[in-house]
Amino acid sequence: MDSKHESMHMDAYERTWIIVSILMLIVFFGAVTVAGLSFGVRVPDPVQRVNPNDLAASGAFAEPGLKEVAPKRYEAYIVAQTWSFNPREITVPVGSIVKFYVTSKDVQHGFKLQNTNVNMQIVPGQVSSLAVKFDKPGEFNFICTEYCGIGHAAMYGKVIVVP
Amino acid sequence: MTANTYQLTAKEKRFIGLHFIFAIASISIGGLFGPFQAMEHAGWDFYTKFLNPIFHSYYEGLTLHGVLNALIWTTFFITGFLTFLMIYGLKRPLRYFWLNQIGWWMMVVGLVTAAIPILLNEASVLYTFYPPMKAHWAFYVGVTLVVVGSWIEGWGFYLTYMKWRKENPKTRTPLIAFMALITMVMWQIATLGAAAELLVDLIPWSLGLRAGLDPQLDRTYFWWTGHPLVYFWLLPAYISWYAFLPRQAGGKLFSDSLARFSFWLFLLLSVPVGFHHQYVDPGVPSGWKMVHSLLTYSVFFPSMITAFTVVASLENAGRANGGKGLLGWIAKLPWNDPSVLAQLLAGILYFFGGIGGIINASYNVNLVIHNTSWVPGHFHLTVSTAVTLTFMGILYWMVPYLTGKKLWCKKCAVIQVWLWFIGMTIFSNAMHVVGLLGAPRRTPLGQAPYIPEEWAGHLFRVGLGGIILLISLYLFVAVMVGSLFTKKLEEEVEPPVAESLLDPQTTPRWLDHWAPWLIGATILLIIAYGPQLIYQIGTAQFTSPGFRVW
Repeated sequence: MDSKHESMHMDAYERTWIIVSILMLIVFFGAVTVAGLSFGVRVPDPVQRVNPNDLAASGAFAEPGLKEVAPKRYEAYIVAQTWSFNPREITVPVGSIVKFYVTSKDVQHGFKLQNTNVNMQIVPGQVSSLAVKFDKPGEFNFICTEYCGIGHAAMYGKVIVVP
Repeated sequence: MTANTYQLTAKEKRFIGLHFIFAIASISIGGLFGPFQAMEHAGWDFYTKFLNPIFHSYYEGLTLHGVLNALIWTTFFITGFLTFLMIYGLKRPLRYFWLNQIGWWMMVVGLVTAAIPILLNEASVLYTFYPPMKAHWAFYVGVTLVVVGSWIEGWGFYLTYMKWRKENPKTRTPLIAFMALITMVMWQIATLGAAAELLVDLIPWSLGLRAGLDPQLDRTYFWWTGHPLVYFWLLPAYISWYAFLPRQAGGKLFSDSLARFSFWLFLLLSVPVGFHHQYVDPGVPSGWKMVHSLLTYSVFFPSMITAFTVVASLENAGRANGGKGLLGWIAKLPWNDPSVLAQLLAGILYFFGGIGGIINASYNVNLVIHNTSWVPGHFHLTVSTAVTLTFMGILYWMVPYLTGKKLWCKKCAVIQVWLWFIGMTIFSNAMHVVGLLGAPRRTPLGQAPYIPEEWAGHLFRVGLGGIILLISLYLFVAVMVGSLFTKKLEEEVEPPVAESLLDPQTTPRWLDHWAPWLIGATILLIIAYGPQLIYQIGTAQFTSPGFRVW
């Protein structure tokens, strides 16, 4: 500091406030980290690049659908396109773990599986992937959550979980 | 702060006023479509019944709403307000007035160029214009001109500041000019992402000079700009809360040095946070999402400082007005002054917006609300209330200052502010609730087949809030237009610049040096974005042709 008169004037209450703010943020950050690492609440990671103009040449997306990889373990390959998902419906038994792989043929879409932690941006050229375990029977809509053109509001599909 | 002797010339006032006229005209059109969307949610669809074929679809309306409000109303208001802060703060005219005029004209040409394709339904791509949805090239060129025009006005500020610094080597930069400069510098760093997206990708692609794009890379460019854009909207509101509101309420600014410190932190931390809009993107590794999550939390910190200083300044004002006891000072604030009222109510809703913001920024918690109507619910508390209502409040003193005429119908202005607060509370709360239930954003929910009956009550409240906001908006426009035809004021309005409790000359000198902060901001950007940009550009696949899907 250049002279005695200069100082970062800070009130005692203000200092307390600042310390509390920082502590609060540390606690929040700790909480999301614990949830991510210990409870496996994950966000998508890069898995694969594809050519949106030639999905037939992109491995499993040539024939979208549900693939059983082990008992009660599935991989669901879904293609998003204006303005539907292919396939529109998949059926799995209760207790299944399904790993979703979703890509787009055209523009960007969204994929939100209602009442689960599966929520992904679908970007052409990329594959979005998250897994979920279905503990209860019922129907779960997956809906397009990104504006993708005039028919966007009608774009959805469903997972049917049977007992 | 010494008495301000510099008076703006009529020419300068007219120049600033022109910015505001375009801003108000923009929100009066853009704001019209918001309620149409809200009413659509409630089941009253004006788009298919009445607006067609002049306005072709819900999405054309939504594009107008986003572009005119979030991009045009804000940018025109802010550049006008910053021009005032620079001239009045530095007590000298702009060094090259013509340069700022060029910037202004470029913004106007850009606005017209972008508006034409939108109105012809050739650019219904919303204000985020994600490729490979492809708009008419004029839309991208227009948006670019608006941004570059604002840059040129900023360069005019920098050149003016350098001259002032030469004339006043020892003086601390006056607070309002200092804050205006930081806002502009932050904006210019922030818009580099959109500049890359528009100039390298979208414009050549829309002109047919490039065959394909990599949409993931363009999302990364876009959100480099997209989040700090929020701070470009917020900082001018903060300037008003720090540097004007205390005086308007009858008190002084609590801490000059902390006000400056928080603005430096905004310059450092506003930009390297964009991946928190891309938590659910497939092409960004989760580790980098985590890094941006941490940085996003950090940028919350200067907002916490702002909250303290602003409330402390208000308490100082309330006590100066005779307020007693722990909370008695609150009642002594001038709640009947529409300008003060607007800023107080803006601040109250911003508190809830801030809490929602922390949730959005929280890495995996974001999975619950990403791309749901929670998000527009959130940013209607921030940009559409904290920012917009504050800007309206600023105009309530500034229009009389610029025109020398009385504000028309002060009572209408007070009612307008309350209606905005009430309408937004109803609208935003309902949007948050249906978002948590899983309603997607940017969707005409009235038509969506998967919306359950049980949401009807919430969707009704969305529509109701929209109607109240529509009334409030046009009451605001009426007060603005009416104020052009009122009586001349006996005395000129004095801009209510707050004094600091301490002489700003005692503020530490390191808070008045640019180099360390600019270097720090650059280093943080390189750390937060460098590796991912190199990787995403290096592995880019330019395979997406354009689609016209509306």
